[in-house]
Amino acid sequence: MSAVLTLLRRELKLAARAGGGGGMAVAFFLIAVSIVPLGLGPDLNLLGRIAPGFLWVALLLSALLTLDRLFQADQEDGSLDLLMLAPLSLEVTVFIKALAHWLTTGLPLILAAPFLGLMLNLPENSILPLVVAMLVGSPALSLLGAVGAALTVAIRRGGLLISLLVLPLYVPTLIFGVSAVSNVLISSPGSSGQASLLLLGAVSLVALVVGPLGGAAALRANLR
Amino acid sequence: MVRNLHALANPTRFLRLSGLLLPVIWVLALGLLGAGLYMSFFTAPPDYQQGETVRIMFIHVPAAWLSLFGYTLMAGASATALIFRHPLADVAAKSAAPVGAAFTFLALVTGALWGKPMWGTWWVWDARLTSVLILFFLYLGYMALWATIEEPVRAARAAAVLALVGFVNVPIIHYSVEWWNTLHQGASVLRLDGPAIHPSMLWPLLVMALGSTFFFLAVMLTRMQAEIYRRRVRQLQLARASTEAGAF
Repeated sequence: MSAVLTLLRRELKLAARAGGGGGMAVAFFLIAVSIVPLGLGPDLNLLGRIAPGFLWVALLLSALLTLDRLFQADQEDGSLDLLMLAPLSLEVTVFIKALAHWLTTGLPLILAAPFLGLMLNLPENSILPLVVAMLVGSPALSLLGAVGAALTVAIRRGGLLISLLVLPLYVPTLIFGVSAVSNVLISSPGSSGQASLLLLGAVSLVALVVGPLGGAAALRANLR
Repeated sequence: MVRNLHALANPTRFLRLSGLLLPVIWVLALGLLGAGLYMSFFTAPPDYQQGETVRIMFIHVPAAWLSLFGYTLMAGASATALIFRHPLADVAAKSAAPVGAAFTFLALVTGALWGKPMWGTWWVWDARLTSVLILFFLYLGYMALWATIEEPVRAARAAAVLALVGFVNVPIIHYSVEWWNTLHQGASVLRLDGPAIHPSMLWPLLVMALGSTFFFLAVMLTRMQAEIYRRRVRQLQLARASTEAGAF
């Protein structure tokens, strides 16, 4: 247990001291959100309608942009070899790395999302559903992303490849995440926001299994 | 079953056996496809609603089936490669991917060609279309991973992990997209209460499906042979390079 905490503390410290922590991700999120009205025009009705979807897409993209260094930085300075030799099982290591990734990119973005939502004229009654849906759904982004990061650990400039590998796997999270919010806006018959939220949780739970297992297998495959 | 698989693990034996089987499979594939195309274009009646455009279905439906068949085959071969360290399984998975991707692309293109006269648009963001498109992306990612990692053994393992993770996600993606938006018609051949299409159209469809499957297998086996030879050439080049380096 102390090994787990030590690893987590190391990851968070590294993120805070060398990577700018969550600040960089939030800045990206802010810029991504502010170029949308520039592209689509400042029509508040239109912006309010697309706000939940766009906030989710921006969350996906900013998670993706930070993924390629998840294992690569450790692989370059050799600490990944030490982590693999350590008594901690590799699956747990991958889980901790994914958790740290979520804490440093996912969580700050979720905290920033309500304010950016206001900028996009997101109706006030859907701010809480948005935050809840993001809290439930975004762990899947880091967990599945860890598989992509582990697969491309030995590839220089693997960033584009990661997007190609990982984005298809993000589709369920995006769909359920957006529908959990939009169903509050337009209550469509036969489906409710709660069902989407439950399915979103199911996707995250599947990712909780697939992510560490797949990530560890991919690391073993790449660094024999 | 497992022993049979291991008997095939010897590439030389595989090459001999596939060399014997391949001509038969090619003849079956081309013969069935020829017969199937003749039936689809000349003997099958035009649909009372869709007219002649219904004939696109005889290519579209087998291609859509094979897009899923190909991914299943790839995932099965990847699992065999990871679990049993079967030396030919990763060759099989690698060879199946471009063929499956080609059929997926064919399904998308024929679907668009059919959609223009029927739905009035080349592309709609409908559940089936979207999930087939995402399946196509999964194929592309798999092939890209093979192409970027240089060493075959490492590439094989990494690609196998990706194929399996993707395979777990395919049903989830499918149902999430279904939930999202659906316009495409439901299944009309594989149903519990019997097929909902007339025999005069069902037969050409089945012949085409069988012919396309044999075509898939023929191309895949040919690609497997080529891949084995490619690896042998690579081994020989590496061996020669190392002896030449040793001479200095």
